[in-house]
Amino acid sequence: MNTSTADKNSATALNGQSQELMGSEILVKALQAESVKYVWGYPGGAVLYIYDALYKQDTIQHVLVRHEQAAVHAADGYARATGDVGVALVTSGPGATNAVTGIATAYMDSIPMVIITGQVPTHAIGLDAFQECDTIGITRPIVKHNFLVKDVRDLEITLKKAFHIARSGRPGPVVVDIPKDVSFNKTTYEGYTADVQMRSYNPVRKGHGGQIRKALQLLMSAKRPYIYTGGGVLLGNASQELRTLVDMLGYPCTNTLMGLGAYPSSDPKFLGMLGMHGTLEANNAMQNCDVLLAVGARFDDRVIGNPKHFAQNERKIIHIDIDPSSISKRVKVDIPIVGDVKDVLVEMIEMIKESGLKPDSNALGSWWETIDAWRKRDCMKYDRENTTVIKPQYVIETLHKMTKGTDTYITSDVGQHQMWAAQYYGFDEPRRWINSGGLGTMGVGIPYAMGIKLAKPDSEVFCVTGEGSVQMCIQELSTCLQYNTPIKIMALNNRYLGMVRQWQEIEYSGRYSHSYMDALPNFVKLAEAYGHVGMLIERPEDVEPALREARKLKDRTVFMDFRTDPTENVFPMVKAGKGITEMLLNSEDL
Amino acid sequence: MKHIISLMLENEPGALSRVVGLFSARGYNIESLTVAPTEDASLSRMTIQTHGSDDVIEQITKHLNRLIEVVKVVDLTEGPYTERELMMVKVRAVGKEREEMKRMADIFRGRIIDVTEKSYTIELTGDLSKNDAFLEAIDRSAILETVRTGACGIGRGERILRV
Repeated sequence: MNTSTADKNSATALNGQSQELMGSEILVKALQAESVKYVWGYPGGAVLYIYDALYKQDTIQHVLVRHEQAAVHAADGYARATGDVGVALVTSGPGATNAVTGIATAYMDSIPMVIITGQVPTHAIGLDAFQECDTIGITRPIVKHNFLVKDVRDLEITLKKAFHIARSGRPGPVVVDIPKDVSFNKTTYEGYTADVQMRSYNPVRKGHGGQIRKALQLLMSAKRPYIYTGGGVLLGNASQELRTLVDMLGYPCTNTLMGLGAYPSSDPKFLGMLGMHGTLEANNAMQNCDVLLAVGARFDDRVIGNPKHFAQNERKIIHIDIDPSSISKRVKVDIPIVGDVKDVLVEMIEMIKESGLKPDSNALGSWWETIDAWRKRDCMKYDRENTTVIKPQYVIETLHKMTKGTDTYITSDVGQHQMWAAQYYGFDEPRRWINSGGLGTMGVGIPYAMGIKLAKPDSEVFCVTGEGSVQMCIQELSTCLQYNTPIKIMALNNRYLGMVRQWQEIEYSGRYSHSYMDALPNFVKLAEAYGHVGMLIERPEDVEPALREARKLKDRTVFMDFRTDPTENVFPMVKAGKGITEMLLNSEDL
Repeated sequence: MKHIISLMLENEPGALSRVVGLFSARGYNIESLTVAPTEDASLSRMTIQTHGSDDVIEQITKHLNRLIEVVKVVDLTEGPYTERELMMVKVRAVGKEREEMKRMADIFRGRIIDVTEKSYTIELTGDLSKNDAFLEAIDRSAILETVRTGACGIGRGERILRV
């Protein structure tokens, strides 16, 4: 104890001056300088010096996960909820390969992260050493950038660059691979670089004024305008600006799966989520609008369906995105605006105020009439009154009813439950809906929830999951106990890999090939075995009382096993290859 | 359509594989690729010959620009440019073929850089079509070995690519 206190004191005393430090100590100093509060990780041979340095400090809390994949997911969930850079630390070889799914998940959704991987000593690289793998080669296609640090003298500036790259421009994960000898070797440390300049990396922030002006004229002349926004609005912290713009214009607005919460779902201008499982009104408006303003969204295949069908209707498209390569990638754009979403929206709002331009209120009125007619179809209705079997949508609606307006985060895994959560939990605030949209990674739900709960101990964190997904990272129940991150897990247990079953029913003539999960564990006992509370809920009338009871257990992780209707499907649905307005609205359309 | 894309990138280990990985991951074509450090040893200059529709080429240049180590990208084929490729051809040269090969090399302004009793090695520089034309012009069965660098290109006149 005495030694570690002495070390800490000497480090403080020398802060800002040059001192001889080991690579591992420089890493810790860099993390501290970047205001990193939490690191999720798993130790191993190649990172032992780093773990030794972590042991000698107390500003960064390390969370020992049970599998490296969960370390990356937890740091990713933390980053999604807070906007800070998430940090994970894993060892070489299998540590790095286990982290790969987590890194790819973060990459597809543009999440700012720094992943530190241990590597075998530099002299052993390339010799098939124990626990060696080519981490840089393996992760290259799934990172924004990666670095192999071969000399301890390069470590400090590399870490500075890694954080800078991760959080600026279009964010993304950055891997820093540190060989064991680099973490052990010493060099002179002269404090953390304040600002880094890279001639090869200068992301654009400000949008082109002329383009914005052109966009505005087009937007104001629209007869059937539509505003379509994605995850970029959340990543760019531009929800407030989006709300101001939409409210000024009075135009209909939709959010993608990744963008939910950017515009409040309770506002009548919000048409619901669009895409494969979007609402009828959101998809019809997408197809039939004459001017589309796309903000921080990428015309994903799950959003526009068949691009040929999408192109059948003529419309002008304005696209604001920080990444030029997202523009005109799948859909040709008329007015591209490259820049930070927040900056561009602020400028747009200012220009509208200055110009005194007003939207065409007559045209807008009849456009809203058309939209309201679509709305009357009530595409989200389901058998609410069912008293014999729990409808999964009902569980989500009940959760929403009970937690509306409270400080709540909802994470999900991937599958039917994810879509129901997205459709039936009306998100009103940004960064409250945490899910894997791009890669679609099953198993993220629990790690996301525990990552958020650590940073937001006073918030309620619910993980909406399925009995399939939850088993992919179920071991993290153990981490939840050790670090006292009490989360509420809601498994919509239909005994099937539901989304697979749904596709097999609709596209494969009901041949349910390996989508039924026999021999499921007793989740109540499983939760108890991990030191948590388990609940089995089998009847619709028990849904609300169970949720109420679970919420009362503030300090406990609760696993709620809801036995839901195994035949329920997610509607509306656009089948693969179809246009977004060619929707199945319910089982009668099958 | 054929495009020649020229880029400046940080002369760092792994930079080349990022460029190549981008092309394979996104299904773009590489016809040829040449790379070497410039007069500033911290920078490499790369020339990539590719083909694709305008949309694809636009995506290629955007994605190249997105790579952290890439400093500048230009599609040379958008304006006036010059391209050159070095080719070395080892040909069979016995009997009266020796005179014939020498003459062909002269016509194409090539140079014979290695001579044995049975063979010549001919060095040629020119644009890709000139080197293709040489291979067409000589007796195919006389070709023992061919090695080509692929195109490297530079803009004409005031078109300058520098950092």
